[in-house]
Amino acid sequence: MSEQACDVVVIGAGPAGMRAAVTAANEGLSVTLIDEQTEAGGQIYRAVARVARTRPADLTLLGPEYAAGGDIVLELDAADITVLHGHTVWQISQDGTVWCSDGTKAKSITARFVIMASGAQERPVPVPGWTLPGVMTAGAAQILLKSAAMVPDGPVALYGSGPLLLLVADQLLSAGADIRVVAETTTFKDYLNAAPHLLGALPASKYLKKGIALRRHLKAAGVPIIKAPNGVSIEGTERATGLRIIGKHGQTFEAETILLQQGVVPNTQASWQLRLDHAWHAAQHYWYPTTDRFGATSLANVFIAGDGAGIFGAEAAAAAGALAGLGVAHAAGNISAAARDQKALPFIALHKKAAAIRPLLDHLFPPPAHILVPDDATIICRCEEITAGQVRDAAKLGAPGPNQLKAFLRAGMGPCQGRMCGLSVVEIMARAHGKSPAEIGAYRIRPPLKPLSLAELAAMDDDTPTP
Amino acid sequence: MSARHTEIAIIGGGLQGLSTALHLAQRGRRVLVIEAHHPGRFASGVNAGGVRRLGRDPAEIPLAMAASEMWHSIEDLVDDDCGFRAVGQLKIAEDDDDLRKLEARATMVRDLGYDHEEIIDQKQMRALAPGVHARAVGGLWCAGDGSADPMRTVQAFYRKVQKLGVDFNLGHGVSAIARTGTGWQLSIGDAQITSDIVINCAGAWGNKIAAMIGEEVPLETHALTMMVSERTPHFIDPVCGLASRKLSFKQTPEGTLLIGGAHLGYADRDAGVAEPDPIKMAISAKTVTEVFPHLTNVRIARAWAGLEGMTPDRLPIISPSKVDGSFFHAFGFSAHGFQLSPVVGRIMASLICDGTSNLPLHPFRIERFSDDKN
Repeated sequence: MSEQACDVVVIGAGPAGMRAAVTAANEGLSVTLIDEQTEAGGQIYRAVARVARTRPADLTLLGPEYAAGGDIVLELDAADITVLHGHTVWQISQDGTVWCSDGTKAKSITARFVIMASGAQERPVPVPGWTLPGVMTAGAAQILLKSAAMVPDGPVALYGSGPLLLLVADQLLSAGADIRVVAETTTFKDYLNAAPHLLGALPASKYLKKGIALRRHLKAAGVPIIKAPNGVSIEGTERATGLRIIGKHGQTFEAETILLQQGVVPNTQASWQLRLDHAWHAAQHYWYPTTDRFGATSLANVFIAGDGAGIFGAEAAAAAGALAGLGVAHAAGNISAAARDQKALPFIALHKKAAAIRPLLDHLFPPPAHILVPDDATIICRCEEITAGQVRDAAKLGAPGPNQLKAFLRAGMGPCQGRMCGLSVVEIMARAHGKSPAEIGAYRIRPPLKPLSLAELAAMDDDTPTP
Repeated sequence: MSARHTEIAIIGGGLQGLSTALHLAQRGRRVLVIEAHHPGRFASGVNAGGVRRLGRDPAEIPLAMAASEMWHSIEDLVDDDCGFRAVGQLKIAEDDDDLRKLEARATMVRDLGYDHEEIIDQKQMRALAPGVHARAVGGLWCAGDGSADPMRTVQAFYRKVQKLGVDFNLGHGVSAIARTGTGWQLSIGDAQITSDIVINCAGAWGNKIAAMIGEEVPLETHALTMMVSERTPHFIDPVCGLASRKLSFKQTPEGTLLIGGAHLGYADRDAGVAEPDPIKMAISAKTVTEVFPHLTNVRIARAWAGLEGMTPDRLPIISPSKVDGSFFHAFGFSAHGFQLSPVVGRIMASLICDGTSNLPLHPFRIERFSDDKN
């Protein structure tokens, strides 16, 4: 017997997953929501309910958009939904069986429909020295701030581009961090490329105003915001000691903590593992599973909501979650197509408004060339310590794509299964062979999606039906 | 439309096809390998890499002995050591019944005139496999066996074969085969290739190729589930199995644990898909943690499955076609062809160049599946 069976399993309790779960439950479906964290909110609204309860002052620091996440958490609490916190999904079978573990015991849940809301991951930022202790992503620093009120000791430097870069710099500054520099890769050419999209972004002008305010606030506090179009290298041998700006007048800024940020990309490990159809986003250089407006994928019983299907941000993700919930309610036979479409209208409008700024952001903050195709000496696969140069050499020796590369280098075969190097490998191999990323393809992803102990696996009841 | 011509066409760029190409090229023959994907895409590149004589079906022992010698000088053959390590293979007896079973096996092998498998006592077994649970009483040991790196082996054979001037046609499989006046015509995508001699090394697809010339061979397709762990401190050298339970276990030089045991996953041959079964992963994990209790906290990083073609008697087909003397088969290795591959190529080259082989091939003839009916 399967441990649990339900109409819908929703994976991920960020804005998309929470909203999808609530919507599907309101349409009369039995819903199980699985999330890795111990509390709802996802990365964007990480720990929002607890922060509101125990550190209300920090809500101001983290801003009104973060605080708004609390409302969805309340709706989730009120709905009749089975929520499995602290559960990691390690495999999704095409028939809708979701395999997860609470850290001690693996189990499976069978569902008629699966809504994946696994969100985004930060784009890996392979610059020289990025594997040194003291280097982390800006997002990771923000999570420490949200969930544990932790602020880095000592001098801090930030490098990269995009909305999160300035936001994290500003939040850390307000929390008392010693920020020495923000090095931006955005160039004048990026502004020119983005300019045609400015008008379209006006419905979301609040984001634009927010960006300008952040910049002004940082400058007023004396934080230098400098250009680093040619990239940076991280100084240090045992651990990071400084950030060097590459270029004619390359300065070095002392820093013990270096935060990297080049935007976020969809978390596609599970969608690749399910062998869903994917497409390549040309401006932002990432894979996304192709979906319709209700999140339906190339598998009839699998839906995707939120940034996992393309980066549109938290508000759009919540709207997409509602749409996926409606899409599943219709596919399950609970509501007619007409009712679905009627109920979808406000969410389609919300999504459109929230997503209006994306073309502008996508063109203003493209990942720079030195990140997409790093120098020969830069490590791209952290698990197996493989450099960009080794990948280029393997391509020259005849490896046609990422999966054949494994035979040459073991790249992508470590515990992260290519989460860190997947996009770099595609980009490097596409250039080496003069092909498009779509022609090159992606790593095949195998279970477990995240490492799982032998004890957890061994504890699984083996009378679970084999799908 | 003119067709490209070759003297010998090998269908399948797995290890058996590559090894056959290698030996034929060394004997001066013109060879073309036709591979639907890329060399070693299915079973050859993703198997456990066992280099094993231990526990072989008696029919395979002469071949496995010859192959073993070749593995010990594999660098002479392909200019690379293929990651081969002669760490030995051990079958562990978990109780007295197991031990009696292994003793009977050792006697049988000795009576056939071989001395490569020997019974060892509990102390010797523990020295070879530290950490095994206390109930285990002994084992069957084959020194000189070991393991190699399958991907590296495929790459080494592929490179060597290319160096010897073998041609490759990658990316399209054979869709039809027709007899011509002097040989064969193979349809590959939109192209045609003519060949005097054809060798079917198509692995899990071997019976599809055989059927194209009217030979019916029973072949099941199975996906064999494998798992690999994160790196963990080195503790064991030999490749270990169990007398009664399904397990194949070894620690790689990098420190990862490679866990198999012929647990079946999901196979879809037409889609080219092989997936591990999570339930079988759990059964494997249970076996490993029972046998090596200190490994419970080691984490599995990845599981996968290879597509294997399995015959009803689990013995390969290494045989001239019964339909036509210029068509040959080497497929259906039933998940234990990796170790045999160096010698299989040599056998095929002998069959083609000399018309005979000095190894006993009777058990592997293709006629055996129709003998009963005739």
